Amino acid sequence: MIQVQAVQPERTAESSVVFSVRDLNVFYGEFRAVRDASFDINENEITAFIGPSGCGKTTVLRCLNRMNDFIESARVEGKVQYHGVDLYDPQINSNEVRRRIGMVFQKPNPFPKSIFENVAYGAKLSGRFSKTEINEVVENALRQAALWDEVKDRLKASALGLSGGQQQRLCIARCIAVKPDVILMDEPCSALDPIATARIEDLMQEIKKDFSIIIVTHNMQQAARVSDRTAFFTTEINPESDRRTGVLVEIDSTRKIFSMPSDERTELYVTGRFG
Amino acid sequence: MRAVLGGAAMVTVVISALILFVLFRGAIDFFRSIGWDFGILVDDSAAPGWFPRRERFDLLTIVLGSIVMGLLAMIVAVPLGLGTAVYLSEYAPPRVRRIVKPAVEVLAGIPSVIVGYFALKFIAPNIVDPIFSPDQPRNMLVAGMAIGVLVVPIMASICEDALRAVPMSLREASFGVGARKSTTTVRVVLPAAVSGIVAAFIIATSRAIGETMVAAMAGGRDGSGPRVLSPLEPGLTMTAAMTNAAGGTDQVKAGAPFQVLFFVGLLLFVLTMSLNMIADRVVRKYRQKY
Repeated sequence: MIQVQAVQPERTAESSVVFSVRDLNVFYGEFRAVRDASFDINENEITAFIGPSGCGKTTVLRCLNRMNDFIESARVEGKVQYHGVDLYDPQINSNEVRRRIGMVFQKPNPFPKSIFENVAYGAKLSGRFSKTEINEVVENALRQAALWDEVKDRLKASALGLSGGQQQRLCIARCIAVKPDVILMDEPCSALDPIATARIEDLMQEIKKDFSIIIVTHNMQQAARVSDRTAFFTTEINPESDRRTGVLVEIDSTRKIFSMPSDERTELYVTGRFG
Repeated sequence: MRAVLGGAAMVTVVISALILFVLFRGAIDFFRSIGWDFGILVDDSAAPGWFPRRERFDLLTIVLGSIVMGLLAMIVAVPLGLGTAVYLSEYAPPRVRRIVKPAVEVLAGIPSVIVGYFALKFIAPNIVDPIFSPDQPRNMLVAGMAIGVLVVPIMASICEDALRAVPMSLREASFGVGARKSTTTVRVVLPAAVSGIVAAFIIATSRAIGETMVAAMAGGRDGSGPRVLSPLEPGLTMTAAMTNAAGGTDQVKAGAPFQVLFFVGLLLFVLTMSLNMIADRVVRKYRQKY
């Protein structure tokens, strides 16, 4: 049940704006998980979503490629525009949305297939590539994900034999291989050790020239290290139901969020006095 | 308390051992009475068949009967069972699932004699007769299809467990690169669940071969018959051969025609147990750790 609002005259999306989100509300059944979030996401930048648990940052992230479609009870209200196109328009092919707006998940989730098959999976689906082209796509994606040198001699080996950090880079390669425009990362380093985390962070800097990246993270230092802009979400307790609803407090340049945020709640959070 | 429970477990083990003992003893008696002449078990006459009271024990007749009806059963049970499982696990909204799943379980609880009547009163006149017009209303196709219906629930339920054990994160990984739901099901979920699906197939086959009542009621032969392969002919399974001889007018009480049933029972036991053991091995060997 997705409500699509009537198309209203809206300011024309500048070429540098990838997502323009207005008055986004997300419900799980009766429960409102996110209230009235409005923000823009810029092209070829890394935007970090930070905030305490339950603040709705992952929920908002999953609205951006319609991943919430798979949750039976989820309902999205408001406007999510991607390059000026309403993502929740009934005409939109949600599979195509997810091909252009890829996703990397919290826990590395390689398929129980070979390393090669993992990366080739998405590219093969499109049916646009010949066998030799697929080989190229796989190699390029693995190179971009800084994994090629480690796996080039064992492309046929099971992806499950890789370390956690390698698996996560494989998942990034799998995502890159379909040549998306945006990569959504949902706490991609939370299951990794500091060294593997550092590699993923370096990788993000490498690939941001080709992709717009949005990363949800629990780790404020990570947001400060990697992102250009940061959005801070927090929770509000609904006085009627006593349940927590996520709200977007502010979004600004990362430097500003961490040095002189406009909202007191942001300051309390980034200085570690709350959350 | 502990002693009582331990005793219950012990009695169960003893019963299993006793069953095996009885089967072995009967089988040995049988071989004694035919003078250890194994040649008798494959009839190489022009019209071979299983006629125990005439001391003609062509094992091939009843083994082939079991295989033909088992195959027919699986031709019915695999698409219906796997289809139901995929639907329940991947597509059905929770509301529909809450209705369909218990319905499948009800089917599992129906006594096989009722499925036997269903075969005679519905499958034969309404499906098999109009399409294939067999000479006899009771034949291996009717019985095989009904046995298939009988094993659909076990096929569906083991397959569904296997599919639901595939973590959501794998489906999301597939959706995340733009794969459709059907593609995700075929390319990711089914391959990841293959060990459970194969195990379901083997266990369901083992059940189909062990099924007695439907094979005896709808198979079309009463305790004896010629060796046939065509599904449209009446046929005899190992189980039907045993049950027909155990009661009613065809009852046999002693001698080789009686003792051979223990040997067939032993064979059946070994066959179904091997299938179950293979299923177990398959699950262990190919179990995904995701």
